[in-house]
Amino acid sequence: MKDKSLISINDYSKDEMLRVLDLAAEFEQNPSRDILSGKVIATLFFEPSTRTRLSFESAVNRLGGKIIGFSDSASSSATKGESLKDTIKTVCNYSDLIVMRHPIEGSARYASEVASVPIINAGDGANQHPTQTLLDLYSIRKTQEKLEDLNLFIVGDLKYGRTVHSLLMAMAHFNATFYFISPKELRIPAEYKMHLDHLNLKYHEYTDFRDIAGEADIIYMTRVQKERFSDPIEYEKTKNAYVLRNAMLQETRSNLKVLHPLPRVNEISTDVDDSEKAYYFTQALNGVYTRQAIISLILGLNN
Amino acid sequence: MAKDKKKLKVSAIRQGTVIDHIPANNLFKVINILGLDHIDNQITFGTNLESGKLGSKSIVKISDKFFVDEEINRIALAAPQAKLNIIRDYQVVEKKEVTVPDQFSGIVKCVNPKCITNNDNVKPKFRVISKKEVSLKCHYCEKITDQEHMVFI
Repeated sequence: MKDKSLISINDYSKDEMLRVLDLAAEFEQNPSRDILSGKVIATLFFEPSTRTRLSFESAVNRLGGKIIGFSDSASSSATKGESLKDTIKTVCNYSDLIVMRHPIEGSARYASEVASVPIINAGDGANQHPTQTLLDLYSIRKTQEKLEDLNLFIVGDLKYGRTVHSLLMAMAHFNATFYFISPKELRIPAEYKMHLDHLNLKYHEYTDFRDIAGEADIIYMTRVQKERFSDPIEYEKTKNAYVLRNAMLQETRSNLKVLHPLPRVNEISTDVDDSEKAYYFTQALNGVYTRQAIISLILGLNN
Repeated sequence: MAKDKKKLKVSAIRQGTVIDHIPANNLFKVINILGLDHIDNQITFGTNLESGKLGSKSIVKISDKFFVDEEINRIALAAPQAKLNIIRDYQVVEKKEVTVPDQFSGIVKCVNPKCITNNDNVKPKFRVISKKEVSLKCHYCEKITDQEHMVFI
């Protein structure tokens, strides 16, 4: 994993993912260490993402590293017309590792091909956001004390949601049973079902989950965005089926945890926040430990 | 040879490569993929010829040109049933079929308008995930381009 860019969750084998999670657990025990002293990490955010950027910067700061970069493309030379390649090649001179977010899909893979330092993809459009997936896995393992044989409910926009697709690919390593709950227009794409068929993994598709939530170990909520619907009336009719309310958690398993990649809008009612089953804010905290683990593995500083 | 009984629609070459069974409407794609518009060899071609298999086909004959497999397999996306005859001294000395490569760059566009290859000066690159009904996975944006949505560059 040393010196290897992390662009897509598919770049990591099952063992490599588990290594990240094990090391993240060590950082949770002791998050502030000075192992990055003397290192410079660049955070290049060609589109703003406050949460992800702060999580990375918190991870680097807790490890004693220095950060350079920009938080949106307006403050980068991209607005002057500089190509991505030139920006990356230049920043490689100034840093030991680049964390980048970019609206164009595939930009991170391309950057890793022209860069002389490793790249961590912090989101390339609707394509990949692998550190989110690893923190999701960390959160699942921490709350369930295992990753194998879980009933994973994924709710909302399963068609366009990149976190959903990456989580599916990752959890497919651990014999999960998938419950896909979405409006018809936003169903999980066929290629992912083919992948699960190929691995002989069980999955079920529903348009409503109120009656089946009792089976869930994990409910992974995502946002159903109005603009994804071709018919606004269809959106109005279906939107309430994908809102989680506290009352719906009454008859659920005691080990159930509710996850959400955040930001939440209204798909999880605020009355869920006080439930013991709500885990989304702790999930965001786990992002710091997971990113500490990823950065130190890539820089070879984990010993 | 059966061909000898009929008059050849495209005259024979002494040596070189004959590419037969190209779908008529993909002739210029094949020419483009192989870069035949940039070489100095003598090239003759016929198109809209009758074909039992394809309905209507094209044939290209390139004098003094022999392709390596890697080069010729690039046309498999546009002409999956193409047959190659290698000609030496007016005789067919070898017959070859094309096979879709496992991975390749260029040739077709990624279907995803938000892909870096459609937004920056980056050459498309694909892994072939299905050869029968051709389906391509973009090396960059990881989206699938299927046969129906394949656009040649």
